Amino acid sequence: MITLENVSKTYNIGTAGLLDITLKIEKGEFAFVVGPTGSGKTTLFRLLIREMLPTKGSIIVGNLDLVKLPHKKVPHLRKKIGVVFQDLKLLLDRTIFENTILPLDVAGVSFLQAKKRVEEVLAQVGIEEQKEKFPIQLSGGELQRVAIARALVLAPEILLADEPTGNLDPKTSSDIIKLLVEINQKGTTVVMATHNVDVVNTLGKRVIGLEKGKLVRDQKKGKYAVS
Amino acid sequence: MRFLKTAWHHIKRSPYRAFAIVFILMQTFFVISLFTFLVAGSVKIIAYFESLPPVTAFFVNDAKQEDIDGLKEQLLATGKISEIRHVSKEEALKIYQEQNKDDPLLLEFVTADILPSSFEISAKQIEDLAEISSMIKGSAIVKEVVYQKEVVSKLQSWTDALRKIGIAMTTVLLFDSIFLMIILIGIKIAQKKDEIEIVKLLGATNWYVRWPFIFEGMFYGIVGAILGWLFSIALLWYSTPFLQSFLGAIPIFPISPLFIVSVLGAEILLAIVLGVFSSLLAVLRYLK
Ligand SMILES: Nc1ncnc2c1ncn2[C@@H]1O[C@H](COP(=O)(O)OP(=O)(O)OP(=O)(O)O)[C@@H](O)[C@H]1O
Ligand SMILES: [Mg+2]
Repeated sequence: MITLENVSKTYNIGTAGLLDITLKIEKGEFAFVVGPTGSGKTTLFRLLIREMLPTKGSIIVGNLDLVKLPHKKVPHLRKKIGVVFQDLKLLLDRTIFENTILPLDVAGVSFLQAKKRVEEVLAQVGIEEQKEKFPIQLSGGELQRVAIARALVLAPEILLADEPTGNLDPKTSSDIIKLLVEINQKGTTVVMATHNVDVVNTLGKRVIGLEKGKLVRDQKKGKYAVS
Repeated sequence: MRFLKTAWHHIKRSPYRAFAIVFILMQTFFVISLFTFLVAGSVKIIAYFESLPPVTAFFVNDAKQEDIDGLKEQLLATGKISEIRHVSKEEALKIYQEQNKDDPLLLEFVTADILPSSFEISAKQIEDLAEISSMIKGSAIVKEVVYQKEVVSKLQSWTDALRKIGIAMTTVLLFDSIFLMIILIGIKIAQKKDEIEIVKLLGATNWYVRWPFIFEGMFYGIVGAILGWLFSIALLWYSTPFLQSFLGAIPIFPISPLFIVSVLGAEILLAIVLGVFSSLLAVLRYLK
């Protein structure tokens, strides 16, 4: 599903985001990406949705070679990947409902059909009662759910979640994780970046460890810290 | 549909910007309509004068019938006349009554006596008209000669001037409209930069982002054209009584409704092209 080969990303100002990463994530897998702040987790996700190109190496997502992908095909790629952005990227002047329907609108789904799907997803993440509110009227955890709902609404093949439990209490965190596991069980490939030690340790899923842009470990049933 | 909705959102969220654009477009189309009507009217006036006999000679009040007949023979002898018609005082009165039948006040004091009789003369060759008219001017029984060609050419040059002024004003206003639209739509795009970036990350194509702005430009164009046209119609309607009495026998009223509506149709078409063109430029300039 996702294949990186010798991928490096150096930002314009010279900082290294990623250094010579080679890794493969299979279809239907659930993988954590862990590592200290600035280790390159977000950089990895931004490369996967072609927000930018790698400085070196090749990236394949599904059947698309991202380095060779023409500009016109980028929207097609992005519709296949649901992303929970670390900074959420919600539109502040639109309601929760309008934010969540956006990917469906972008994909050209008719309003009536889209409306049904949005209600379904909002119920799934448990915020259907807030749908007419604006983002500033919601708590951090609720906003995170909105971001997840928006990422799921197109039923993507791949879900990239960048710190989706960042602002949540343990109970809500575990609810969200359950949700992601459920989605994964239905066949979606899930890649989640996190600093949440408990979540990683209790789930016992694959752990990809980054440090200063380098791949430092990749364990099938890993823990947050190397024991 | 979804693009129309987004476009309508843009317009509603910044009414002053919308007003500024519609206002300049309204001025532009007001000027276009006004000059279209003026030039069309002038063309009709010219056609009227061209339909009149090329030379009309009015006789002095006490001209004798034998003198008139003498002049007629003299003119026919040149062999250059294709038609010559004597309009008697009684006929002149009939024509006058017909022209002013709606205005009893003007009819009341006019009798056949005070109206001159006249010759209406056409030549076989237009070039000979000048010679004929100067020949008539020499006659003692002729008071005044009206040579239509002079009137027509004077009108023609006025109409030309009118047309040039209209084109110049329209060009300037069209440029103003285009620049203003590009700038104001560009500002809107800049304001929405973050939002545009987000929808693109969610998989939006460039056209998904562009269409609302293009519809927005179209909307401004159509509203501006309709308003400008309405104002020019209002002005025309308001000044009709004055123009009617000023123009007298010249039949430019009533103006055909079909003409007025087709002016609107052409303007809306132009407005759409204008709106789409400007917003497309803005979009291509500010949205890479
Ligand atoms: N746009 C950018 N321009 C320059 N350098 C950047 C940019 N974005 C990230 N970096 C640098 O790249 C490195 C990796 O950043 P990245 O955002 O991928 O870290 P992260 O693992 O997501 O961190 P966190 O856990 O805090 O979210 C950091 O050193 C960061 O300073
Ligand atoms: Mg990050």
